[in-house]
Amino acid sequence: MPWTRIYGSRTEFEKALKDTPGLRGITYKEAIREATAQLLSTDKSVFVIGEGVDDSGGVFGTTKGLQEEFGKERVMDSPLAENGITGVCVGAAAAGMKPILVHMRTDFLPISLDQILNHAAKWHYMFGGSVNVSLVIRSIIGRGWGSAAQHSQSLQAMFMNIPGLRVIMPATPFDAKGLLIASVRDGNPVIMIEHRWLYDHMGHVPEEMYEVPLGKAVVRKTGNDATIVAVSHMVHEAVQAAEALLDEGIDCEVIDLRTLKPMDSATIIESVRKTGRLIVADTGWKECAVGAEVMAKVAEAGVALRSPLVRVNLPEAPTPASPVLEKAYYPGKNDIIEAARKTVGNGKRQAEHINNSPVL
Amino acid sequence: MKDILLRYGLNTLTKKVLIDLYESMLRIRMFEEKIVELYPEQEMKCPVHLCIGQEAIAAGVCLHLHKNDFVFSNHRGHGHCLAKGTPMKPLMAEFYGKETGCSKGKGGSMHIIDIENGILGTSAIVGGGIPMGVGAALASSMKGEDNVTAIFFGDGAFDEGAFYESFNFASLKKLPVVFVCENNFYATNSHQSARQSGCRISESAASFDSRGHCVDGNDPLAVYKAAQDAVALARKGGGPSLIEAKTYRWKGHVGPEEDWTKGCRPKEELDYWKEQCPIKKFTALLLEKGAMTTEEMEQAKSVINAELAEAVEFAKASPFPKATALLEDVYYEAKK
Repeated sequence: MPWTRIYGSRTEFEKALKDTPGLRGITYKEAIREATAQLLSTDKSVFVIGEGVDDSGGVFGTTKGLQEEFGKERVMDSPLAENGITGVCVGAAAAGMKPILVHMRTDFLPISLDQILNHAAKWHYMFGGSVNVSLVIRSIIGRGWGSAAQHSQSLQAMFMNIPGLRVIMPATPFDAKGLLIASVRDGNPVIMIEHRWLYDHMGHVPEEMYEVPLGKAVVRKTGNDATIVAVSHMVHEAVQAAEALLDEGIDCEVIDLRTLKPMDSATIIESVRKTGRLIVADTGWKECAVGAEVMAKVAEAGVALRSPLVRVNLPEAPTPASPVLEKAYYPGKNDIIEAARKTVGNGKRQAEHINNSPVL
Repeated sequence: MKDILLRYGLNTLTKKVLIDLYESMLRIRMFEEKIVELYPEQEMKCPVHLCIGQEAIAAGVCLHLHKNDFVFSNHRGHGHCLAKGTPMKPLMAEFYGKETGCSKGKGGSMHIIDIENGILGTSAIVGGGIPMGVGAALASSMKGEDNVTAIFFGDGAFDEGAFYESFNFASLKKLPVVFVCENNFYATNSHQSARQSGCRISESAASFDSRGHCVDGNDPLAVYKAAQDAVALARKGGGPSLIEAKTYRWKGHVGPEEDWTKGCRPKEELDYWKEQCPIKKFTALLLEKGAMTTEEMEQAKSVINAELAEAVEFAKASPFPKATALLEDVYYEAKK
């Protein structure tokens, strides 16, 4: 399946383009733009709003030219009023519209938590299902070049805790388009968190509109020794780690969660039942977050493990600015490799220990 | 009556409107008083925020609204919904936590919905409904519909950033919104002067290039006139207005009791405002000017009493939601 394939580099994808007839390649940011344009063309109730969506750059290219194409009424710049504008979107949605609200940074979401948590997430339930809020809130995780503590946060875990919300973190151009379309059509409030470093990734993206179902993870690579569950940018790090680990004779399975809420427990549990080992690689912090939830689901399912679980996360500190500190801050491929070696090694030792134990 | 109406600039006002104003206020008052009466039974197991004393504002504004116009209310919202046309049965049943309630027992008294009458849900977060109301107006504007949205909030919500963010956006986009601030001087027990430096709420509209009106919120004719101008302006695309209607809540912030006994507010203050009762004063005016007779008023009361009795009976007799409803409607499921 061309859409399950993660390409490590643009060169690799361009080679694949040549070799595979029918493969259409665009970048992650182009995929978001294409999905948005198609949604605007096909559904009059869709509109786009956000700070700077009409800038010449168009939110890193994801909204570029949309205002020229669809007009100022449907692609509108917003005052710097995150909570107010989120509320405007919630109200517009309750009145039948399907807004796509765009934030340049995930860090701006906390300003609008009242409307997200107290209003959007509750509106359908609190009124016995008589009105729904179709709202997609896009936001972008910044990283690097000294973005520092207020322009680089991965806040997905906060939203995973709230019933009524859905949370998605597409890792590939194919999923970015398909999940965005599915989210706008879903009829619930969806928090879509993108990673700035994914924007120039290329991948296969069909031109027509299609949906990637919410709540379905995907196995990016099969393997038997350990399961690596990853999200967003960490999926790419995990795939690279898994490839490198093959040279050491460690064959990992890589699962891209894609949707964090609702989480596809079945796919995770099935994989961990097979491998008996689990590593979770997240773009955010460790406590009460993606890894904790994945592990809880595995534990609740009573999956027998061959080795202790390992989480790969940001260290317990805000993001620093200095390049030296920043480099030390972000985990990546090597940390996942290290985690896999540890968990597989542990498992072997445990197995040896059991084998060497005297029979009572 | 003509001489009085001229003073308000309401010289073309019909007798029917006067009666409607009276009946709307009375219906709210009697509904709230029924809650006061029944609440001690402890069968209504949810907090209630009563608007006794503030009825003229809901009545005066909502009389200008069409059925499909939107109203966004707040935790003290029974009056707004009743004035907009919400029937008593689903309200009362909601307060009793029944499955026949407007929110199927999931919302309680603070979360009223009545889509048929333009109430798309009510937030109980102070200021929370304000941006939502602006959003509904944005939707009307984008769809090319001529609905107006009235947003009711208190002086406490004027403390919130959500108000400023929303007003600015409504003004920027010339949205058909009427912001109605019911200034009863208290946010729970905190006086306006302890929270606001200016205490000139209506004047803030000027900063957003919009109109502000400050009116006596206990005078239904004054509210009616201000709302008439604001709704007309909004409907013809002239953008939002802000009406600040000064009033007073007779009961405590929450519950059926007066709160002076707990030292929340001075009793003398309440006594003064009871003298300014909107219904008492309007009743006297209507009788004095012969706009209504005592018999007509009694007749109105008995009609409302019948509606109330029916609503209470319906609410009490209705079944509670089944426990299986607990996890229903957390998410919307699109009909395939």
